[in-house]
Amino acid sequence: MIWLGVAAAAVLVIIIVAVSGGDDETTDTTAAATTTAAPTTEAPETTEAPSDTTEAPSDTTEAPAETTTTAAAAAPIRIAIVAPSASNDLAFTQSIVDGVNAIAAEREIAEIAITDGTFVVDDAAAAIRDYAANGFDLVVAHGSQYGGSLQEIAPDFPETSFAWGTAADTFGLPNVFAYEAASDEGGFVMGVIGAALTESGTIGIVGPIEVGDAKLYVDGFKAGAEANDSGVTVNINYTGSFSDVALASEAAQAHAAAGADVMSGTAQMVVGAISVAADQNILWFGTQANQATLAPEIVVASQVYKWEVVLSDILDKVAGGTLGGSSYVIDLENGGLVLEFNEDFTLSDDVKALADQTVADIISGAIVPTE
Amino acid sequence: MSDFFTEAVLIATVAGAIRLAVPLLLAALGETFGQRSGVLNLGVDGIMLLGAFSGYYTVLKTGNVWYGLLAGIGIGVILGLASSLISVTLLAEQGISGIGVYLFGLGMSDLLFQRLVGTPVPISKFPKIDIPGLSDIPWLGGMFFSHSVVVYLAFLAVPAAMFVINRTTFGMNIRAVGENPEAADSLGVSVSRVRWATVTIGGTFAGAAGAALAIDLGIFQQNLTNAQGFIAIALVYFGAWRPLGVMAGALLYGFVNSLVLQFKTLGIIPQSWSDIAAMAPAIITILALVIVARRFRAPSALTKPFTRGT
Amino acid sequence: MATVGNARRSSYLAYSVPVLSVLAALLLGAIMLVLLDASPVEGVRAMFDGAFGSGDALISTALKATPLLLVGVGITIAFRANVINIGGEGQMVAGGLLSTALALALGDALPAILMVPLVLLAGIVGGAIWGAIPGALKAYYGVNEILSTIMLNIVAVQLMNYLLRGPMIDPGEIERGTRIPQTQRLPEAADLPLILGNDRLHIGPLIAVLAAIFAYILLWRTPLGYRVRAVGQNPDASRYAGIPVKRTVVLALTMSGAMAGLAGAILVFGSESHRMVTDGSTAGFTGSAGFNGIVAALFGGLHPVWTIPASFLFGGLLVGGNALQRAVQVPSALILALNGLVVIFVVSTDRYKRLLRDRASAAETAARLAELEEANSVSVAAGANGSDPPDRAEPPPEGTGAAEGRDE
Repeated sequence: MIWLGVAAAAVLVIIIVAVSGGDDETTDTTAAATTTAAPTTEAPETTEAPSDTTEAPSDTTEAPAETTTTAAAAAPIRIAIVAPSASNDLAFTQSIVDGVNAIAAEREIAEIAITDGTFVVDDAAAAIRDYAANGFDLVVAHGSQYGGSLQEIAPDFPETSFAWGTAADTFGLPNVFAYEAASDEGGFVMGVIGAALTESGTIGIVGPIEVGDAKLYVDGFKAGAEANDSGVTVNINYTGSFSDVALASEAAQAHAAAGADVMSGTAQMVVGAISVAADQNILWFGTQANQATLAPEIVVASQVYKWEVVLSDILDKVAGGTLGGSSYVIDLENGGLVLEFNEDFTLSDDVKALADQTVADIISGAIVPTE
Repeated sequence: MSDFFTEAVLIATVAGAIRLAVPLLLAALGETFGQRSGVLNLGVDGIMLLGAFSGYYTVLKTGNVWYGLLAGIGIGVILGLASSLISVTLLAEQGISGIGVYLFGLGMSDLLFQRLVGTPVPISKFPKIDIPGLSDIPWLGGMFFSHSVVVYLAFLAVPAAMFVINRTTFGMNIRAVGENPEAADSLGVSVSRVRWATVTIGGTFAGAAGAALAIDLGIFQQNLTNAQGFIAIALVYFGAWRPLGVMAGALLYGFVNSLVLQFKTLGIIPQSWSDIAAMAPAIITILALVIVARRFRAPSALTKPFTRGT
Repeated sequence: MATVGNARRSSYLAYSVPVLSVLAALLLGAIMLVLLDASPVEGVRAMFDGAFGSGDALISTALKATPLLLVGVGITIAFRANVINIGGEGQMVAGGLLSTALALALGDALPAILMVPLVLLAGIVGGAIWGAIPGALKAYYGVNEILSTIMLNIVAVQLMNYLLRGPMIDPGEIERGTRIPQTQRLPEAADLPLILGNDRLHIGPLIAVLAAIFAYILLWRTPLGYRVRAVGQNPDASRYAGIPVKRTVVLALTMSGAMAGLAGAILVFGSESHRMVTDGSTAGFTGSAGFNGIVAALFGGLHPVWTIPASFLFGGLLVGGNALQRAVQVPSALILALNGLVVIFVVSTDRYKRLLRDRASAAETAARLAELEEANSVSVAAGANGSDPPDRAEPPPEGTGAAEGRDE
């Protein structure tokens, strides 16, 4: 029995040694590749080993740039994202990943590194620090709970630009941008549409915890619905969790029992609620990402976050040498918030016109969604 | 409060309680077998998550919910066997190996989901069955006899589990092994074989519970179970290691959750109290046990690995 | 003489078992990396560098290990009394909340020399309360601690969410309308002092190590510790011997909770942000240390002092795993899965390790006995060897550790 174990262990060690020996050469070559690229990027930190691996594909895109660009200042930028939930959550984290990818399609970005699923605040802080230390030009801390840590980290890396959202506070630091979404605006418009569409006069909203972006959206939706028709009842149910899909599903059932025929909700656990709405043919309004794919027959519209509007400006500033100091709001006016109507759902012309008018009124300032 | 005492809301409250109870009930019933034979498996939630993903993925690919349930059960069997190997044959510390299984399931199900599926896509759900005659009874019909088919299956598993544990030789062996493995061993009962069987049954139920959850919700997402497996384990203690007690616990937990949701929806509990109200199921579960049970005692050999003749 | 050689060999083997099982788990991880089209060599290197490769890495590891060690020490205390404390998560939250509340209430009124001990004490008290509840429920009402601690974890999260978005929220968050559920920057006087001239390394790791030593002394050098262990090994006999069994169970869980509560306070006042913030789950605050600490404790043979290196290694594994994710850009879910595999492998081979160690000590005893026999003083040696386990400072009563000694 002992010898069996020892033999197995020996085999294991041999395999590990063999594998590492064999692959050492390939790592050396990639390391060599980046060192040759380093002089042109003029960032001494780029020779750091850990960040090399993902550069392999981007190296090829870098090559033509090196030949054409003579000005060293225009070197392609490296972006890192640290975010709490999964990058495919059809909600908060996906919105920023989509935003950065949209930017990458337009302008040259040397590398995009993503650390998602970092709900542990301390781990996020470590990741932010690590990306900054590894010479990333812009580190996006996409979680309002990361702000306190960022406030301490950013001063240690004056050459690095940080973006933090959703939030409004740059802590007065010259290398921190803050960004937030005026999610109450889209919420208000969809509340107006919802109130126009409800036949029972009852609307149900499923929320996670009464904080931050979620609260802003929910308050906006309620205000919009009540502004359009003061006789509408808006029931709000904060389940107490961002992740409990089963509970969100039951919250939707509770709304249905209370007579709701229009629903909305925010955060990643609402997929459970959407599914219930689809079963019972209840209309749904989505936010943070386009949720029409989840239930094409009942999703009326989704408020979609276009962070690229903000990111684009941030990148311009970074290229110009300004690393922070300003805060951004995406809203209906600057095109950072977009209402995407579901093409499979036919909306009457009246309601469509009402929606357009409400959007116009919010942009002109005639309507202020929430205080 | 008057909003609450309407037919629709009362039916939804009770029916919701039953729906919420089902995954807990299935997982806890399986865990009851293991614990009755002296093995605590804390990995239930990990098995549920992998069962949920495999069930979801199978339905996504085949469109057949029954294949999905089978896939969940299959994964449950495999992970149950693995858990048996770990805790019965390798005699690992039970509380801790289970946490390993949990972490593995939590990570692995999410990894597979990201790689194989990407963004959530809805799948077909279990068919809803109105039991002829009974479902027409006013109030009670909507509460108890108009559910998805897996709900009935889960509750049918309760008498089945009672029969196996209380009325069969296998059940007798389970109890003997859980109370006094040395004596059982001296009577010729193979302690490890019984425990392999019970832990595998536990895994099977957990896999089924996960698949039932995913297919009933019609969706998968990282950490879909949200630690329901741990609550299921607690409910086994609550149910004093008896299937009927476990069922009562699952229903109580589901009911309080459902009631709180209805109260919040109707504004009976104000919004600003939502988190305080969310504590209610946990607190009431503890209080219920304080009031009801001091008469029951755990199987004597629970959490104690058994080796022959040391 | 040959027997002594055997003993030594078995003993080396025993110590190599956990290391080999970690390696085996990592090998599986490497295979998964290959399947994900990432370089396993790069991954393993990043993992090691991230955990132990530099001064900064070692500091990260030490900071990550701190809550693991404190929770782990608490776990050893509870396990000695034969109580399974899986409420570490809730106890950490309770400790964090109470210490934060105290710091907010005191404001800038006190100097650091008073403030730091006070907030740490508040953390201890908070955790102790959250540990005493399941202790009392178990001792006086027969409510199983697994049920009550799981439920109390749920209660603690919601309490945290309520307090941080309500009474304790940063007034600035209301003004700006961003409503992030976090406190304001806590008074600087309460910041854990930094040591060694580093800008991140605070006294937390030091406190944790001292706590481990304290727990060791408590368990093996005081009457109280003796009572705890006696109750854990045989409650009936302890009762006949006049030990207040119920009170001892409550006390064990209280101390266990206190350790976790201290970890919670250290997390708040040693964090980068020096605030308490919630993402709606316990894990966002604790980093699952309430669970991982149990693993670290087992890794350390359920002995407080051995839990020190065990926590450090396990902390390194967690820190390294995150570094691996960043270096080779694999989904972070892989790290969780890998973490689980390591736990499974280590725990599964633990029995085998003990077997080897028992064999080693048996061989050693035999060799010593033989020597003594030559010196004609057999009777004394047999007496010292045969009975009187309580004073033995070695790891657990050679059997299970967690559960009471079934195989003695």
